Amino acid sequence: MEMAVFAVFALLALGSSLVVVAHKSPIYSTLSLVLTLFSVAVLFVLLGAPFIATLQLLIYAGAILVLFLFVIMLLNVGREEGIPGGHRAQLVTAILGALAFAAALWLLLIPTLGTGSHAPLTEELVSLSGLAQELFAEYLLPFEIVGLLLLVAVIGATVVARRPTPDELAGGGGGSGFPGEPGSVNALDDAGAADSTAASWAADADRAGGGARPASFPGGTGAGAGPGVAARTAAPGARP
Amino acid sequence: MQAIDYLWLIPALPLAGAAVNGVLAYRQAPKPAVTAVALGAPLASLLVAAACIWQYLAGGLYPRAVEQVSYAWTPGTVDGLHINVAFLLDPLAVVMLFIVTFVGFLIHVYSVGYMGHDEGYARYFAYLNLFMAAMLTLVLGNNYLVMFFGWEGVGLCSYLLIGFYYDQEFPPYAGKKAFIVNRIGDCAFLIGMFALVARFGTLDFMPIFHRLATEPRLGMASYAGGLSFAAFVGLCFFIGAIGKSAQIPLYVWLPDAMAGPTPVSALIHAATMVTAGVYMAVRSNVIYQLTPGVSLFVAIIGTATALLAATIGMAQNDIKKVLAYSTVSQLGYMFMAVGVGAYHAALFHVLTHAFFKALLFLGSGSVIHAMGGEQDMQKMGGLKKHLPVTYRTFVVGSLALAGIPVFAGFFSKDEILAAAAASGMPLHWLFWGVGWITAGLTAFYMFRAVYLTFDGTFRGTHEQEHHLHESPPVMTVPLIILAVGAVVAGWIEIPLLHGTQWFHRFLESVVATLPAIGAIQGGAPTGTRELGTPTEAILIVLSVGLALAGILLARSIYGGAGGAERGLAFEERYPALHRLLANKWYVDELYDAIVVRPLHGLSWVFYRVVDVLLVDGSIRAGAAVTRATGDLGSLTTTGNVRNYALYFFLGVLVLFWWIAR
Amino acid sequence: MSGIHLVNESMSVPVSWYLMLSVALFAIGTAGALTRRNGISIFLSIEVMLNAANLALVAYSRQLDQRTGQILVFFVLAVAAAEAAVGLALFIAVYRQRRTIDINRINLMRH
Repeated sequence: MEMAVFAVFALLALGSSLVVVAHKSPIYSTLSLVLTLFSVAVLFVLLGAPFIATLQLLIYAGAILVLFLFVIMLLNVGREEGIPGGHRAQLVTAILGALAFAAALWLLLIPTLGTGSHAPLTEELVSLSGLAQELFAEYLLPFEIVGLLLLVAVIGATVVARRPTPDELAGGGGGSGFPGEPGSVNALDDAGAADSTAASWAADADRAGGGARPASFPGGTGAGAGPGVAARTAAPGARP
Repeated sequence: MQAIDYLWLIPALPLAGAAVNGVLAYRQAPKPAVTAVALGAPLASLLVAAACIWQYLAGGLYPRAVEQVSYAWTPGTVDGLHINVAFLLDPLAVVMLFIVTFVGFLIHVYSVGYMGHDEGYARYFAYLNLFMAAMLTLVLGNNYLVMFFGWEGVGLCSYLLIGFYYDQEFPPYAGKKAFIVNRIGDCAFLIGMFALVARFGTLDFMPIFHRLATEPRLGMASYAGGLSFAAFVGLCFFIGAIGKSAQIPLYVWLPDAMAGPTPVSALIHAATMVTAGVYMAVRSNVIYQLTPGVSLFVAIIGTATALLAATIGMAQNDIKKVLAYSTVSQLGYMFMAVGVGAYHAALFHVLTHAFFKALLFLGSGSVIHAMGGEQDMQKMGGLKKHLPVTYRTFVVGSLALAGIPVFAGFFSKDEILAAAAASGMPLHWLFWGVGWITAGLTAFYMFRAVYLTFDGTFRGTHEQEHHLHESPPVMTVPLIILAVGAVVAGWIEIPLLHGTQWFHRFLESVVATLPAIGAIQGGAPTGTRELGTPTEAILIVLSVGLALAGILLARSIYGGAGGAERGLAFEERYPALHRLLANKWYVDELYDAIVVRPLHGLSWVFYRVVDVLLVDGSIRAGAAVTRATGDLGSLTTTGNVRNYALYFFLGVLVLFWWIAR
Repeated sequence: MSGIHLVNESMSVPVSWYLMLSVALFAIGTAGALTRRNGISIFLSIEVMLNAANLALVAYSRQLDQRTGQILVFFVLAVAAAEAAVGLALFIAVYRQRRTIDINRINLMRH
């Protein structure tokens, strides 16, 4: 029974991750990733870590992936054209490299095949209180530090993604600062502006320091960073 | 409270004056303030010196030497070496002290008038006071190091004052030349000091001289390079004197030093600094008495220098250059005296020379001042009408220099010649002979200068003629005082009247008489023999006669109306010779070819090859390697994020392999 | 591999199988991260890799009978969240500047 469950969800994980990696459309990749996460969560349960599985679903699938979706929609990321990854040679190299890596690791693991804990899972082993006990006793310091890390990440993300103030525009515009004319809060989707392979931007992209900017830029701080931040803080129930 | 206790004040006062004037120069203080300090310091020093000398002579300290230790410089902490900042007063120091403070003060007074309109007035006096301080340190020091300190100090001031007009091109060059040529001598001086320290463990005069005098074998034992110890040290010191006192071959700086203000030439390059070498030699007479070989060398150099300089002086048109070569020539006389062992005669000549040469230089300064800066005698003439005081004092000085009786130079020069004739040294008649001829030349060129400058008709421009005026009293009074000295200073030692050898007796305690060197050496004794009175009288007649002949010859050619034209015609009769003399025997050009050019060449090699190619090259090579490596490394900065991810991955692989191995 | 016999008795899945799955997922994620041109897609691949790591951690936790692995997963989750937030913010900023998230075009740092 356990084996069956394992088999099913293992294969599901593998398959969906392949889709994540290979699909041209980012939306599909993201949704595939949701599936992967779900499968892995089940595997977590099989391994006796239900709490972790829950966390995975809540945080990973519920918050982070929603963030991804928002950003994808915000930037209107389109399908990738051509071979995902560009040069065929590069593609082949990367894949072969990954395969080689996997093979190497597998070779290391083969001797250990068949071993593994056979102790049955007990209520106590799996319990949340035990985990909490250990977390807040032995690993209290890392816990606090991670909290700090999250705070920093929040601040950082806000600063990086916000719309620059008029001062900054006056002072640092034209260089590597954040461009954009204030005022316009048009919708994100300018015609072809967000297309990652749009040739019309090829000229800009190669110029250091940015070139012509469209009359309206995709959203200000409110629209851009808002969903991200909001999604972060409002943990479950993200808006699509 | 004794005056002698304040011996140290004598050099300290001018030093303080220099410091104050330096500050005043910086702050552009008003002239009266500067003058007060500038004259006050040397005057105070002179008064203290007078008090000390008075006490020394009248207080019964003579003829002992009095030492005063001011400060223990190295109190024996290194190898037991004791060197003090200490001063010594003995008959020799008394004479030098008198010369430096008295003549020095007079020249300071004169400078107030001469430099009165100069912008660097305060700076000038700061340097001049500093010079006085250094020179006084030199003559008052009780050990070679303090003397050397003063030696270097006067060299520095000489450089500063020669290059006083630093905005022109030549004076700084001349200052540099003086300093560098001096340095060569200083190097040898240092080596001499090292030898003394190594052998005696001290540099104090009294202990060294005492030991050498009582144990002559110490000095005569073989030391280095085939020379005895005394010979080695004496030679080293003498090379130092060659540089400082402008003898062959290091005299070339002195004529160019005339680029400095004229009072500087008077004080430094006539009366005091250049005689420091003679002072040193007289002070170290014990050493020189122990080495007849080096003494002979000294005499040869001195004699040759005297003759050479006199020949050059005959063909110079710049009045200061004539006096400069004359100084070199007279210094040669002094070393001739040192060489034949007549140390008192050398010092006597220093004394009289200080008076009449300073007088002559200051007089020439007066002339130049009246001529608005012109120094070419060919453009002068007939100045005796316009500058009576200057003229008369100048003639007095010239007579003294020429060695005419009654005037000071006669007595001292005759003393030297008599000593040369009487000496037991080999070649001594040659020395007398050359000295005799040089005396004739001296009289000739000096009066050539007199006639060209003061006699005949004025050959300058109209503006210059309007500008001609006698100098103010602040300048003429020192001239008069010096003229009196140029007459009277010689009367302390009259030849033929042996009862009047005051000067000689005065210095007896300074000049050691070493017992029977001849016996120890097995060679000819070098002590002076006494000339018989008839011989001496004949020699006097000969030298005075030749001097008078020189003056008359000069008068016949250059004197009176049309003198300058006659002079030029005369010079044109011997064009090659005249060119040779006027161009100083091309010695400067010779040095340029032998020393300066090769040095430049060597420098060029060191610059182009060693510095640019090797040193810079290796550094640039290093930089190039770094840059190449950087360029190579920067190939990885493709800007392509995917490449970076790949590098990541590769790094992880490596790490993984590392951990798993 | 040990044989699979489909029997009704419940047989534990050897932990090592989980590990191998983790390796496979990791390799897939790596391949994607190195290969994709779209920035968001690269990000997603990285999330796959993180997940694989999480799986390995939990597996080891099970094998070694310790909770350390799970706690570590806890932290990894937090870090992944922070990283995602900041990374996406960066993407937004870059997009404003360059109007693209094709990483081939975001190459200002080339020399």
